[in-house]
Amino acid sequence: MVSALVEPRPARRKWRLPVTLLVGLAITGVILVLAILAPVIAPYPFDGMNILTRLKPPSAAHWFGTDDFGRDVLSRTLIGARLSLLMGFGATFISFAIGVPLGLLSGYASRTVDEMIMRAMDVLMSFPPILLGLLILTVTPPSIWKAMVAVGIVYVPAIVRLTRSVTLEIAQEEFIQAARARDDDLLYILFREILPNAWPPLIVEAGLRVTFAILLGAAFSFLGMGAQPPSSDWGLMISDARPYLEAAPWVALAPGLAMSLTVIGINLLGDGLRMALDPRLQAGKSG
Amino acid sequence: MLTYVLKRVISIATILVVLSVLIFGITQTLPGSVARVIAGQFATPDMIAAIEVKLGLNDPFYVQYGRWAAGLLHGDLGRSLITERPIGPVLWAALCNSAILAVVAFVLVTVLGIGLGVLSAVRQNGFLDHSVSMFTFLGISVPEFFWGIVLILVFARWLNWLPAGGASEPDAGLGRLVSHIVLPSLTLAFALIAHVSRMTRSSMVGVLRSQYVRHARAKGMSERTVIMRHALPNALLPTITVLAIDVGWLIGGVVVTETVFAYPGLGRALIFAIERHDLPMIQASTLVIAAIYCCANLVADLLYAFFNPKIRYG
Repeated sequence: MVSALVEPRPARRKWRLPVTLLVGLAITGVILVLAILAPVIAPYPFDGMNILTRLKPPSAAHWFGTDDFGRDVLSRTLIGARLSLLMGFGATFISFAIGVPLGLLSGYASRTVDEMIMRAMDVLMSFPPILLGLLILTVTPPSIWKAMVAVGIVYVPAIVRLTRSVTLEIAQEEFIQAARARDDDLLYILFREILPNAWPPLIVEAGLRVTFAILLGAAFSFLGMGAQPPSSDWGLMISDARPYLEAAPWVALAPGLAMSLTVIGINLLGDGLRMALDPRLQAGKSG
Repeated sequence: MLTYVLKRVISIATILVVLSVLIFGITQTLPGSVARVIAGQFATPDMIAAIEVKLGLNDPFYVQYGRWAAGLLHGDLGRSLITERPIGPVLWAALCNSAILAVVAFVLVTVLGIGLGVLSAVRQNGFLDHSVSMFTFLGISVPEFFWGIVLILVFARWLNWLPAGGASEPDAGLGRLVSHIVLPSLTLAFALIAHVSRMTRSSMVGVLRSQYVRHARAKGMSERTVIMRHALPNALLPTITVLAIDVGWLIGGVVVTETVFAYPGLGRALIFAIERHDLPMIQASTLVIAAIYCCANLVADLLYAFFNPKIRYG
């Protein structure tokens, strides 16, 4: 698996991009641009209330309608995209920042260290993900930053395990034995010799984790343990829209569809990337 | 096999002990809040101090943990700070409600997930395969709370076929009971059906290309026998692991789904307790959920070992 990914490709192989990759790239790209430009293109401030325009259906003035405070749902959804992507990438970054060093250490260092780290991960993994997050969030008042840290911690064990298994394989290579013979120090071997060779499978994993993080983060906000009002986090928007679901379904549908589209886009991108990187999958698809 | 079973049971038991310390430790870091919750909004520092002494909140950590753990082992989960009723019976009722939901969802997941996966593997790249893969793609991408809200909107609000939430009274009859279960269990099952059927499909596709399937076909066996007797049992091995992982998702999903549908189960009890800082309730429900999760994992490991001769005789 690992060797297949790091093997250099033949230089003149016919290079055909899978459709999934292109569609995923298009969706993700559009959402990314919208999220970056959100403060500029949003027609109204995301927290600008107006009693006169409460729960208005979609119209020319408010494309996605308004919520029960008269706030423009389109503007809120656009700003929400930033929070959602921030949650996805931020939490993934946190789990990698903690998980990768632990995984490297676990895969390379002595048996005792390995045992200690892996048993600790076993304990973390014996909580259902959402429960571990909730437990972390119980201790302090909720905020979107803490939700991000909680989501990040929840996915640490998965990253540790993956990094460890990749490290175990790389540690057998000759250049690592050479580095050891040179008496290079541990940190140098871990981060300059092993890590650069471990990236490909880790990056594929990261793509997957981003969508998990977006969904789990939104679930925390939905449960009231993440972003707090008047934030326009998608999970929170959906939760807030529940009391008047029948009168104004657009308030819940807009952020929900936006979130689904975002996750679909990133998932397609990930699937496409895997297909493009792994010739066997491509052959399997056309054959 | 017996040594393997014993080893797994011991390791699960150890993990549960560690978990209980962890849960108690984390929730106990809310300093003084227990006394404050009991004393209410207008408590004087003296009242809070008195309550702390009464409940032994100033004792060292291991004394408090010991008292809690001893209670647990005697089946005493403590009293809720909010309702002041014993937690055991309340939690048991919630657990039963959640179990109904989870079992129905799990059956849906197993039957539909494996069924769809096998069908689309057998008709690989056909119309059915593409429709199923489209459906499963939606399944893993749409968050379950949004899916739940869409179901409420369509079937409860617009079509008015099913209730939007809650649970039926115990004596309301089977029809009512079922009507309250349909939407939450579908919500719970949707993502997992997608997950399981994707997994089954990919392992089934692999197996169908294998030598022994080709051999069985060459012997002139009917396609039905080839698939049911030769391919499926081998393709299901990875699916069993996935089903086990999915029990964990199911438990996470229960928390969210019960909140969406205001269904009085374990998940909603936990969220209620967290919102109200009901410490004993948080501890008890977290521990119960974690214990169920561990047991589900244990069962999955054992099933996997049972179906996998390499471990059974290893």
